[in-house]
Amino acid sequence: MSAAAAERRDIPVAVACEPATVDLAAKGLAKSLGGRRILDGVDLHVRRGQAVALIGPNGAGKSTLLRCCLRLVEPEAGSLSLLDQDVMALRAAGLRRLRARVGFVFQRHNLVPRLSALTNVIHGAQARRAGPRVWLQGLAHASVREEAMHCLERVGLCHVARQRVDSLSGGQSQRVAIARALMQRPDFVIADEPVASLDPAAGEEVMELFVDLMRRQRTTLLYTSHNLHHALAYADRLVALRAGKIALDAPANAIDAADLRGFYA
Amino acid sequence: MSTVAPAAPTVPRHPAPPRFERPGPGAFAAAVAALAVLAAAIDGVGLSLTHLVEGIPSIGRILERMWPLDLSRLPFIGQALLETFQMALVGTVLGVALSVPLAIAATRSHSPHPLVYLAARGLISVFRTVPDLVWALLFVVAVGLGPFAGTLAIMVDAVGFCGRFFAEAMEEADKGPQEALRALGAGRLGIVFCAVVPASLPSFVNTALFNLEKATRSSVVLGLVGAGGIGIELKVAMDLFSYDLAATIILAVFLLVVLVEQGSALIRRRLM
Ligand SMILES: Nc1ncnc2c1ncn2[C@@H]1O[C@H](COP(=O)(O)OP(=O)(O)OP(=O)(O)O)[C@@H](O)[C@H]1O
Ligand SMILES: [Mg+2]
Repeated sequence: MSAAAAERRDIPVAVACEPATVDLAAKGLAKSLGGRRILDGVDLHVRRGQAVALIGPNGAGKSTLLRCCLRLVEPEAGSLSLLDQDVMALRAAGLRRLRARVGFVFQRHNLVPRLSALTNVIHGAQARRAGPRVWLQGLAHASVREEAMHCLERVGLCHVARQRVDSLSGGQSQRVAIARALMQRPDFVIADEPVASLDPAAGEEVMELFVDLMRRQRTTLLYTSHNLHHALAYADRLVALRAGKIALDAPANAIDAADLRGFYA
Repeated sequence: MSTVAPAAPTVPRHPAPPRFERPGPGAFAAAVAALAVLAAAIDGVGLSLTHLVEGIPSIGRILERMWPLDLSRLPFIGQALLETFQMALVGTVLGVALSVPLAIAATRSHSPHPLVYLAARGLISVFRTVPDLVWALLFVVAVGLGPFAGTLAIMVDAVGFCGRFFAEAMEEADKGPQEALRALGAGRLGIVFCAVVPASLPSFVNTALFNLEKATRSSVVLGLVGAGGIGIELKVAMDLFSYDLAATIILAVFLLVVLVEQGSALIRRRLM
């Protein structure tokens, strides 16, 4: 393990010494899709301020599990508590308020094409404020525009604020998507293979920036990755999913890459 | 020179499937039935080559009497032509404006309620399936002769046309950005106006311009029932056998339609 990676772990270790608060607690989560059991009784706890990497082979159910956390996919069974809310019991308005506090970064950035980077970031304010004033940067309140510019600044992209997102590179797009998540002022961030569609250099850069931003704000982070280096270097804890079941759950510094090859066999 | 030898052709282990499938009894029966329907239709419309050939001289006579063009009423024709275009433009703009909310209600994924969805779909179908000439007749009765009736007819027709294609474009919009907005807590309207409408905008513009072209052509016809525009001038000229005047009007209409089509092509190129 590199020295830099060890250093990055300093903050959450300190946090973990306080009485631990659990931000995400899933118990017996189950989901079938197309007649197949995708999640088969998943138990998962994520403590406040922790960064947890979720790994596992293709089709293991990682994306489905992440989507279930926000009920973008409805779980069939099990209980789920996120940021002290009983997610399964929430009705539409409550669910929207909860989603507003949770950033979600997708593998494909999922920005709205044809709109500017600034407008896309302003969309992150959707659930705090509804209505046309958060639909387009031209209509937005001055304070919202300022905050969005600040988010773009933090991902180093102020200079493309006015540019249409379909003209940006993959790495820039993903950074705009991260800025959109920051605009939510999230307490919890979920990322589904956030850099899988980027080239190795850009992927490394974006992952570094992303995790660093989360650490600084002590935002709880749950992310998936097929890059074992990313999983080991940036996470405090590693959870492996195989065929819809948790196959491993251990502190990242107790594991090395060789131990993990078995999960992909 | 390359040192790599070309790959020797090998016999594939599996032969290619037959080029054509033999039609089953069902397909064969359907083909026979379709041919029978077509034959009956040809008989029904009284298709006759002799009638066509006998009619050629009288077409020739009309063409002869069209020349020289009667240009004496040109200012008046220009005025009527302008009115025709104005009907098409205003009718299309109003129709497009009404189409957007109706089309949102007529999409399965963004409609506020299944009943609203069905009602919106139904309304759009009625607007589309009833021909614009019928709408013009109705509006002439309702609001009287003149361009206002024609404009309303074009508007209703535009809602039928744009409503359907707007809804289709929105159903086909990329789901990724929509899911991203749903995940960050956006409401239904937020998702529609932030992700769905921007993605469908090129298609909206294209459909609206196409509707403007269509409306220009049909607003000529609407004049025939007194719903304003140049159509009535054409009818009167034909009824009075003033073929020279009729020819001028036809050329003027042709010019207008070409101008509108060129203009909308230009806008398309600029915006896409
Ligand atoms: N809407 C759906 N209908 C049917 N099956 C689905 C649906 N969505 C996902 N699946 C199936 O669920 C399984 C798990 O998918 P999921 O995307 O959660 O896996 P994953 O672990 O994220 O895989 P990857 O590493 O490829 O991203 C896959 O076999 C997939 O085919
Ligand atoms: Mg996945």
